[in-house]
Formats: sequence, structure tokens, C-alpha cells
Amino acid sequence: MFLESQVPPDRASARSGGTGPLSPGRRPWLTFRRQDNIAGYLFIAPQFLGVILFVIVPLALVGYYSFHEWDILGGTFTFVGLENFETLLSDPQVVPVIQATAAFSVGLVIFNISLALFLAILLNQKVQGMVFFRTLFFSPVVVSLVAWTIVWGFLLQDNGGINGILSIFGVEGPNWLREGPTAMASVIVVQLFKNVGLNMVLFLAAFQSVPTELYEAARVDGASRARIFRSITIPLISPTILLTLIITIVGSLQVFAQISVLTQGGPGNSTTVLVYYLYQQAFLFGRFGYGSTLAIVLFIIVLVLTIAQWQLRKKWVFYEN
Amino acid sequence: MRSAKLLSATGMLAASVLALSACAAAEPEATDVDLRMTIWSANEAHLELFNGIADAYIAENPNVNSITFETLPFDGYTTTLTTQIAGGDAPDLAWIFENTAPDFVLSEALVDLSDTFSATDGYEFDDISPAASQLWLRDGGLRAYPFSTSPFVMFANDDILAAAGYPRAADLQAAGDWNWDTIAAIGADVSASTGDAGFVIRDFEYTNWRFLSTIWKGWGASPWSADQTTCEFDSPEMVDAMTFIHNAALNTGAMPGPGTTADFFAGEAAFTVTQISRAGLLAEAGFEWNLLPLPAGPAGDYSVVGQAGIGVIAQGENPEVAADFLAYFSNPSNSVSLAQFFPPPRESILNAETLSAANPVLSVEQLKSVVVPAITTGEVQPAIRDSARVEQAVRVALDAMWVADADVPSVLASVCEAINPLLVD
Repeated sequence: MFLESQVPPDRASARSGGTGPLSPGRRPWLTFRRQDNIAGYLFIAPQFLGVILFVIVPLALVGYYSFHEWDILGGTFTFVGLENFETLLSDPQVVPVIQATAAFSVGLVIFNISLALFLAILLNQKVQGMVFFRTLFFSPVVVSLVAWTIVWGFLLQDNGGINGILSIFGVEGPNWLREGPTAMASVIVVQLFKNVGLNMVLFLAAFQSVPTELYEAARVDGASRARIFRSITIPLISPTILLTLIITIVGSLQVFAQISVLTQGGPGNSTTVLVYYLYQQAFLFGRFGYGSTLAIVLFIIVLVLTIAQWQLRKKWVFYEN
Repeated sequence: MRSAKLLSATGMLAASVLALSACAAAEPEATDVDLRMTIWSANEAHLELFNGIADAYIAENPNVNSITFETLPFDGYTTTLTTQIAGGDAPDLAWIFENTAPDFVLSEALVDLSDTFSATDGYEFDDISPAASQLWLRDGGLRAYPFSTSPFVMFANDDILAAAGYPRAADLQAAGDWNWDTIAAIGADVSASTGDAGFVIRDFEYTNWRFLSTIWKGWGASPWSADQTTCEFDSPEMVDAMTFIHNAALNTGAMPGPGTTADFFAGEAAFTVTQISRAGLLAEAGFEWNLLPLPAGPAGDYSVVGQAGIGVIAQGENPEVAADFLAYFSNPSNSVSLAQFFPPPRESILNAETLSAANPVLSVEQLKSVVVPAITTGEVQPAIRDSARVEQAVRVALDAMWVADADVPSVLASVCEAINPLLVD
């Protein structure tokens, strides 16, 4: 609490309404509270301006473009009302694209969360050399995504490294990137190993924040390891599970580079996910209006899924407070 | 007082700007022009030549300050170019791929160059081959200068042929066996007996299907009708040609299958179809090789060329100056210099002697017998309006063909189902 004598002279002056003596019955405008508010706003201004410039304005422009047809080469920009949305509803590619997106997301989320949890359990032991393994599994996270994907592209070729290893054991591997199911599985695996280290580290941190006395109490009560994991560990790390779920689902819906480098959406349309389809329409086919409409669909999907997870957290996420 | 000073300074500045603008409006010729041309080559020798031509032009035209050649990545070149245009940062001039030529030409994105070229002293507009210009015409006006017309040819590795017990490629040709059936039979045998690949259609990679035109033209097939309104992927000629390709790729092994790579220039394949510009890769080849025309198909001999044009972008800041520079860049004298690297569209210099400077690894005889005839008679690779959508639709539908048990006629019918709506549009 500030005493009057502790208030700096300029603030004291501000509190009193300016330079002159305090006028009876007149409240100063630049009050102590207002000064603090202004300082607060100034602190958040850079971030706020960034969000306005790079998130809100582009979002608004995407909405604006979705009502227009933009012929870049012809230099025309025409208002077409809801035509792009009608095209969306009648586009025969949309359903397969949504299916491919869902297949990728579901596959990635299930395997990513499971593997990250499994690795975190393994690496949460106090054994010599554990730091090396933690670094090993985390290192792909810091590798360039495109470089990582290109290397996997070589490995997954029909005459590439993976089939070469399989052939040593007499197994004839599939043509990973040229057959629909294996192409999707390959893209999921490439993304899985790229980012599983991040979730693993988050789970490791969560494990280490669980109070050890709870485990000790459970052991004294005769609880099995499985029961301890189910009844103590999982509830206490559930906020982290929620966080990793949101991050992984949102990330899976935004996958692009792996598709672009490995399959270009093929074979057929089997790996054409929503973001890649959006890119094709807007940047390859020059249909910026329709691409913007697809971007709105993607935004709505991400928003709905995130809100749904946030609401559902009340049913399964445990908060100590 | 301070405000008054600021106000009067702003007023003077505004008046100056207005006065300068008025002067500029009265001036018939743009001044202080900075031109920019997007290209996909990062070759230092190319850039040195271009910059030399640009410097000479600037010396003669003091209204031009600078001319920049901006290299964009080959992959995604057109996407980057259109994104620049969309972002209001259109270059003044741009290299254009042949497959996107209809998009640029028909959309009026490129300035008509005919008047500028005709009015330029000593340009010799009539010297530009009508065949080379065909793709770049709209309403009789030339919309881009076809600066490179590069034919597809067949390179052969004589060492691999000898290892598999076959005569040299030139001997095969002399014996009248230079046709696709022979190539496929040899390719399958080479693959089985030596482990090397048979024949490779370079850059096809089971996605860039346009490169298959270097085969199907031998069957007299086309992807669509001449007026580009009807799909012809399901024509009997195309079905036969694609059946041949499918057999070679997935049944006999004459051609590396999907997902398998083999580089002719690294000595991994007996034959490859590619453009002559790749001959430079053979400068240090550790094997005996030869250059021959594309093998004959059931429909006889044929040739295919790849093209690139230079256009003046209508949305650029200085289209008139850019067109004038392009007239200088492609005049007869500079065309001879450009021919060092790019097979020229000018008939007067389209000869083996000129081309030999560009292709030191090729003999004059090879250029005379293979390259010059291919340039003069070659058909351009498939190009159509809305090229990206059509190419993608074909690629998606054709993917079903690259499995061993594919029903080729059905797949080709599905290609037509996919692209007919786009062709009608």
C-alpha cells in the first residue's frame, strides 16, 4: 500500500489533477488508476497490434475475398455474393478432402498422444543415460520440417531405404507413397516422429509435477501400478493431456509441407487434406475467392473442435483447485 | 508557429509533387524506369549474358535506371509469379512456361508485342518462325517472344546396351529398328539382365504426365481435340499408347515403375527421353552415349518440343518501356548471343553451327540430323487454358493407372469424365 509520502512527485501531481493546486470538487483526469491502466495498455500494445495486423485483418480479408472472384491474370475482382459457398456445397472433392483430413487427424492424434505418453513413461525413470534418450526423441522437433520430410521421401521410395531393409529379411515392402492407404499412413508416421518429442516433454514435465506423497500413500494402501497410473497419474496430468490434445488436433488440421513434399495430395486424392486443397485452389488454380471460402470452413472446424474440447474438459480434466 | 511552419512545408511539398506529376504527365516517355524480369534460371552464364544485354540497353536509353533479373525457384515458378501479380508487385517482364501459355495469353495478362517489334528498326520480325510463335498468338498479335524452343530427343547408353548383348543405338537406327517396340523389348531385357533401368521419361515421375506426350505422339494420340473442347484421352490411339506405357512400367519392367528412380546421366539407364539442354550433363559421362531422335511409333516418326516465352506483364508499371527492352533483348544480334543457351525461334540462325555453340558435347552431325529437324517439325507439349486445374484433374485420375492390374481403358475414360467439364468451361 502506497502512503502519500511514498508517491513520486509527478504521480502526486497527477493525482491532484495536474500542476496546480487541487481544485475543490474537481476530480483529476489522470488518476493513479488511469496511469496504471495506460501503462498496462502500452505493455500489451505490441502484441495487440500484431494480432490485429496479422490475425484479425487477414481473417477479415479472407471473409471479404470469399464473396469475390479474383482473376489475377486478367486483373479483375468481382463481387459474386454466395457463389463460392454454393460451389463449396456442390464440389464433389470436398467430401473426400474432409474424409482425408479426418483420417489424418484421427490417426495422428491417437498415435501421437499414445506414443508421447508411452515414451514419457519410459523416460521418466531415474536411470543412467536417460538424458541422451530424451534428447534423441526430442531432436526431430528442432529439425527443419522440409528437410525432415525430404529425407523420409527418399526412405519411402519403392527402391528406398525402408524397402531395402525389409528386403534383407525377405519382405517385399509396399510402394509406400504410391498406394492410397500406405501413403496416408506414411504421411502420418512422418508427422508423428517429427513432433512426438514435444508432447513427450510436456508429459514428462507433468509426470514430475505429480506429488510423490500421493504415490507413497497409494502404495501403502496396496494399490497396483496400473491402479496408481489410472487413479493418480492420469487425473493429475489430465490438464496436460487436454493441452496436448488441443495442440495436436489444431496442428494436424494445418498439415501442409509433408503432403506437398511427399505426395502432392496423391495417389488420386487420398492424401489431399483441407489445407492442401485450399492451397491448390487459391495458389495453383488462381481461385482465391474459393480458396478463401475453404479457409473459412477450416477456421470454423478448428474453432468448433477447440471449443468442444474446452467445454468437455469439465467432464474429464482434474483441477486441484 | 511550429504548426504554421509544418503546414507551409507540407504545402510546398505537395505543390512540388503536383508540379512534378504534371511534368511527368506531359512527358511522352517514362523516366527513371526500373525494370524487373522474373526468370527460373540461376545459371551464372545466363545471368552474365542477360546483364550484358541489359547494360547495353541502359547505355542507349538513359530513361531506364536499372534492369533486374529475378530468379524464382523452378518448382512453383508460376505460383510465385501469379502471387506477385496478385500482391500488386507484378514484374515488368516474365519467362512463361509453355503449359501456362494459354492462361497468360488468353487472359490479356501479356501485352501485344507485334506493333513494338514491327516498329523496331532492324528487328526482322518476319524471321521469327510462325511454328514457334503459334502458342503465343492472340488475335494475330504476338503476346510473348518464344525465346527457347528445345526439342525432346532420346539419349542412349551404348555401354549398357553392349553389356546386355545389343548393338549400339546408332546401329539399331541404321538397321531400321529405331521404334518404341524395340526400345521396350531392349529395355525389359536390360532391366532383367543387368539390373539397370530400361528407358526413362525424365521428369515424368508419375505426376508430370505431359512428358508422356513424347511417347503418345508416336501413336498419333492427343489429350484433347484441337479446339480444346473435347477430351481425347479415351481415343483408341491414346488407349494403345497408354497400354504400351503401362506394360513397360508395371509388367515388363522396361521402364522404372512408380516410386523408383533411375538417372540416365549417372549411368543407371539404357535410354532416356529428355530435352537437348540436358546434354550438358554428359560432359563428364563415364560411359559411351549417343543422341538420336525419338523412336518411331505405330503412327510413324514425330518430334516434340518444349517452349518458353518472355512476355511483358500488362499489370507491370512500365509495359511500354518493357516491350521496347524486349525488342532490344531479342533483336537479331542479341538472338545470336542467346542462342548459346536457348534454341532460337529465328529461322536465319536456326542451324547446326549456331546450336553447336550452345551444345559443345553434341557433334554438328548430331545437331543436323536430330536437333534441327526436331525443332522445325516438333509439336509443342500439351498446353490448355486453366492448365493447373486440368493438369491436376488428369494427374488425379491417371494415378489409378499406375498399378499392375489397372484397367487402362476404364482409367482413361475416368480421365475424360474428370476433365470434360473443365474443357467445356
